Amino acid sequence: MEYINLVFEEVYKILFLLVPVLVSVAMIVWLDRRVWAFVQKRQGPNVVGPFGLLQSLADALKYIFKEIIIPASSNKIIFILAPIITMTLALIAWAVIPFGEDQVLANINVGILYIFAVSSLGVYGIIMGGWASNSKYPFLGSIRSAAQMVSYEVSIGIIIINVLLCVGSLNLSDIVLAQKNIWFIVPLFPMFVIFFISALAETNRPPFDLPEAEAELVAGYQTEYSGMMYAMFWLGEYANILLMCALGSILFLGGWLSPIDLYPFNLIPGAIWLILKILLLFILFALVKAVVPRYRYDQLMRLGWKIFLPFSLTYVVLTASYLFYFNLLPTL
Amino acid sequence: MKITRFLKTILMVDFVTGLLIALREMFKTKKTINYPFEKGKISPRFRGEHALRRYPNGEERCIACKLCEAVCPAQAITIESAERSDGSRKTTRYDIDMMKCIYCGLCEESCPVDAIVQGPNFEFSTETREELYYTKEKLLDNGDRWENILAANIKSDNPYR
Repeated sequence: MEYINLVFEEVYKILFLLVPVLVSVAMIVWLDRRVWAFVQKRQGPNVVGPFGLLQSLADALKYIFKEIIIPASSNKIIFILAPIITMTLALIAWAVIPFGEDQVLANINVGILYIFAVSSLGVYGIIMGGWASNSKYPFLGSIRSAAQMVSYEVSIGIIIINVLLCVGSLNLSDIVLAQKNIWFIVPLFPMFVIFFISALAETNRPPFDLPEAEAELVAGYQTEYSGMMYAMFWLGEYANILLMCALGSILFLGGWLSPIDLYPFNLIPGAIWLILKILLLFILFALVKAVVPRYRYDQLMRLGWKIFLPFSLTYVVLTASYLFYFNLLPTL
Repeated sequence: MKITRFLKTILMVDFVTGLLIALREMFKTKKTINYPFEKGKISPRFRGEHALRRYPNGEERCIACKLCEAVCPAQAITIESAERSDGSRKTTRYDIDMMKCIYCGLCEESCPVDAIVQGPNFEFSTETREELYYTKEKLLDNGDRWENILAANIKSDNPYR
């Protein structure tokens, strides 16, 4: 009995986290389209529900009722597994995101490593999808995305090292609490910029959406997918984008901390500050999509390996020597 | 020169300018309309759905001269005519295959009595092909329904002809 209660408690906790995440993914798709439309002086989706807020739900409903077509020559098991993996990996990473002090599903000591590992595994969903489709465009798209995600993960990893040098802990709550005095965006501003750009590449967002560059590859690794499986790829992709925004706000924008520790501001619960910061970053994501043209593949690789990697490595050395010289290294 | 360019790249000046432009454009008035609820302005010369007009006394204008049938580049119009009991020549059949029609407006131009016209209606899609084979009744019915607008359009366009 005791055990069953425990299980149910955990299940409720997980649902309490996942349902809002999924709903906000739906909302974020709407926001993305809306921002994109506004920049282009269009209206965007505005018919379904107030301001078109329910557009994503209508789309989801449509996807559910669409037929799932599995190509005859595909590897069926892997073909079906790929979107499931993409979505699951995008969702399980949320377990360690702290929404406030002690408001975290799994307060593990290596939270940032866990997120990093899970988002690295995200490549598998895409590679499997592209390979199992047994068709040229998905295959090319998945190869591109594998190379792209792997190379930008390297620079994201080194950026995270920068932050970790200042914190001295891999726990995400500790990282947030270390920013009580000053958010890391101030001393590590160049790292924040590089993190943001790498996050764009990591989540296959424009201007780095080469894996699904519609002009060249139809829809990249999603080409052969239809119905709910396609929708799951989308859900996973947007959940990943949200995750990257959350990670960005935790690493650099002080997570759940309010911008000013003064009377009216610190009454607002931390979760709301975190959500606001995530939204801000996401709007930036959406704006970039509307503003910047797509990179060429060699430019993308050049940017990742020849500019971001050496620059962030140099910054690691700079940060480390600064902290060491002024004896500011966090004590373990 | 090279240094300015380097600084520009490092500080992402072009990107930030673009972003600011995007932010500014976001709050300007939208160029698009909510189509089914809001409709754009249509010129009096707009070539939409066809209609056969009548004289104010209810007599059909069409005199079955078959100029429109002859001029129609898509050969969408089929006319058969006969003498009526009062001795005037009238059509017994006036069909337009709206799927053949290319909406060029030549029938309207060729008509000596302003009988066949193309009205402002462009929302006449149907679910079956058969519904788009317009007969004389359908066309006259269209004429009756849109007469006010059709007459006004012809009048306003008249000075330019």
